[in-house]
Amino acid sequence: MPSATLLGQSVLSGIFIGSLYGLLGLGLSLSWGMLRQVNLAHFALAFLGGYVTFQLAAVAKLDPFVTLAVTAPAFFALGTALHWFLKRFSVTLLNTLLVTFGLTSIIEAGIQWFWTADFHRMESAYAAVRWKVGPLFVSLPDLLTFGFALTLSLGVWGVLRFTNLGKAIRATTDDAPIAAAFGVNEKLLGYLVSGLAASIAAVAGLCLALNHTLAPVQIYAWMGVVFAAVMMGGLGSPVGPLVAGIVIGVSEALTMAVTAPTWGPLVSFSLLIGIILFRPARFS
Amino acid sequence: MKITLAVCAVVLCAVPFAGLPAFYETFLYLLLSAIVLATSWNVLSGYSGYFSFGHGAFFGVGVYTTAALAGKLGWPFLWTLPLAALAATVLGVALGAVVFRVRALRGELFALLTLAVTFVLSTIALNTVDGGPGIQVMVDMPKVTPTASGFLYLLMLGSAALTLWTAYAMYHSRFGTGLFAIHDDEDVAEVMGVPTYRFKLAAFAISCALAGLAGGIHAIFVSYVTVAETFSIALAVNVVLMSALGGTRHWLGPAVGAVVITVLLYAFTSGDAAVAGRALSGLILIVVIVAMPAGILGHVLKRFRSRQVPARGAPARAEDAPRQVAKASGEALLVVRGVAKAFKGVQALDRVDLEVRRGEILGLVGPNGSGKSTLINVVSGHYAADRGSIRFEGDELVGKPAHRIARAGIARTYQIPRPFPQLTVLQNIALPPMFGQVVMDRVAAEREAWHWLEFTSLGDKAHQYPGELNLHQRKFLELARALAARPKLLFLDEVLSGLTPGEMDGALRLVRAIRDQGATIVFVEHVMRAVMELTDRVAVLTYGRAIAEGVPAEVMRHPDVVSAYLGAAHV
Repeated sequence: MPSATLLGQSVLSGIFIGSLYGLLGLGLSLSWGMLRQVNLAHFALAFLGGYVTFQLAAVAKLDPFVTLAVTAPAFFALGTALHWFLKRFSVTLLNTLLVTFGLTSIIEAGIQWFWTADFHRMESAYAAVRWKVGPLFVSLPDLLTFGFALTLSLGVWGVLRFTNLGKAIRATTDDAPIAAAFGVNEKLLGYLVSGLAASIAAVAGLCLALNHTLAPVQIYAWMGVVFAAVMMGGLGSPVGPLVAGIVIGVSEALTMAVTAPTWGPLVSFSLLIGIILFRPARFS
Repeated sequence: MKITLAVCAVVLCAVPFAGLPAFYETFLYLLLSAIVLATSWNVLSGYSGYFSFGHGAFFGVGVYTTAALAGKLGWPFLWTLPLAALAATVLGVALGAVVFRVRALRGELFALLTLAVTFVLSTIALNTVDGGPGIQVMVDMPKVTPTASGFLYLLMLGSAALTLWTAYAMYHSRFGTGLFAIHDDEDVAEVMGVPTYRFKLAAFAISCALAGLAGGIHAIFVSYVTVAETFSIALAVNVVLMSALGGTRHWLGPAVGAVVITVLLYAFTSGDAAVAGRALSGLILIVVIVAMPAGILGHVLKRFRSRQVPARGAPARAEDAPRQVAKASGEALLVVRGVAKAFKGVQALDRVDLEVRRGEILGLVGPNGSGKSTLINVVSGHYAADRGSIRFEGDELVGKPAHRIARAGIARTYQIPRPFPQLTVLQNIALPPMFGQVVMDRVAAEREAWHWLEFTSLGDKAHQYPGELNLHQRKFLELARALAARPKLLFLDEVLSGLTPGEMDGALRLVRAIRDQGATIVFVEHVMRAVMELTDRVAVLTYGRAIAEGVPAEVMRHPDVVSAYLGAAHV
């Protein structure tokens, strides 16, 4: 049995990695729950965001946070373009999975062509900052990821819950034609949500670049875990993926600490299978 | 045709002995394995619409079975191949036995579930059998061919032949037709007599067995297996891509797609353009999904079909359909006692008692939401009754799956027609006879279907798809499909709604003709003129209870019935 310090550190790192799951899951959950699109390309977009951040920080010597001023609007445009395409050809829910997988391959190939298949790690002033809290270590990039995830999840929740815009979006999710009949511009809202989801991918990309190594093959490594978080958290729910992501992250980290790191993936995927088998009704 | 096939077979078998450079054997081997994997994926996912993203898992189980047995334990590798197929099958059946019982588990959920299974298995394989570094598989090859790769090529050729034959045989059998019906509308398929659970499980088993077999051969081919290479998502996606490209609704479609993609990818990887190849395959996937939903083969066949003059079956004559003309005998055919059904607190049926007598037309009327359609759904087995008993010819129906009830001789129509959208009108009508009281093969079933096509004057629409029909024709299609089952008891759920008065007269004539052929009919309808004109007896439902049963004119004067329709009089 590992020591209490190791377990404590595992729980902490589980919370931080889980908040990144939640951040990645937020965009996925919005487009799945509200637009009925399962956007696999969300992961590729997040990595593209990470690479662009890396490039701007390394070459143009920009502060990583300033790069958001470039990536977030650019990704908003990408998101709306994807939404336009999927609507234009009325792609069904299942087919959005396939189409966005195709898009993932294209983005992955583009990344590999421009940045090669090698690992990249962004150097920044933030990466080295870490504090000691009792026996445990906390790093700044981890805290930033957690902060972003929490702020965005709560922010989206607040907008949906308390504003007229949020009410219109929820009405459109429930029944788009009826909402449209009552004067909601559902088409515009679709573009807004898809653009927002893609912008969140840009933020997730920043967090990836700050705290993780970037490689094209890594795109696929995140899919299963994040899907598990989204499905556990509930489709279209803004806070659910974060909570579920942290639960998964912690249980993964503990599994790795107690057994071997290679057993880690078993947790999230077993959870995903369990949820689908025992609660299929919540996804219909 | 047969001669061409034989020549092809001889030429393909002769390849290893021709002394060609090893490259050709290897390339053909990869081509054949792509055909096996794509086609085996398609017999479940393409035919029945259960999209699996986990084909790599079953392939991987095959790979690791052979790698462990032949590579680590030194078993003769030919003996490990059946075991590789078996291991994949056992896994698939175990998974299917759980998954296929959950009604809502379709579409993207099934896809994600199978994807997750791939990751779970790869984690387990990595930590147990493999241990991390991978497994070396060096075996002695039987000296049948000049080279070792030639022998593996022959094995894969055999697997491909087996796979294509299986897909072909399924496609042309009841089994395949049932799977296509499941693809289009699983609930309706079950109510028409298709044993959906068993069919899905069998298709999954076949699909897994063939993937496992290919995996076993492939373990020898690569001679060094690693988890990362084996359980890759790339394989799962490639088979989807190949099948979608070629066409999932045809047995040969995936093979066509497999050839195109393999050749295309080879053309790119042989240069320095592997990255471009990946981007291109992504682009192809998008274009195919968006622009060619039926795939290359589906597209070509559709062109071909529309130029063909539709073949017409032999005109049906009266003696084609011998019938026992049953008079209303008064004997009870269906007895419903105390049946209750609630949906989350809404008591849709509240202890309903009802009796249907052999040979009669019973009108079932009641205001909207009174439980008429629910009653049909419970009797036909779509919903399980919470309580009560339903006896048909003395046999208890409650607790039986819907397809068994259909087989016992009960058929129904849907108020809003639910044809199988991707089957032609003829195929739609030919489905129930294949799964009815007397099981017919496809040819006999289509002959039967022609009879009912003529009966409902849809003959010239036989080769069209339901989407091309207007409402009135779709209603008649619904009727013809129910009749083709030759039911003893037929539920007609508002066949007249939405029809013009002229069309209605035609429909009424049909209903009478059906009864004259011997079927007992329960006629659910709001059009009172039709009910009074047509029915022998009437039963009235309101708020889930049967409040009156008897001769139409009397029942309609019953005070409870009057108040159910018009409200109570307040003086």
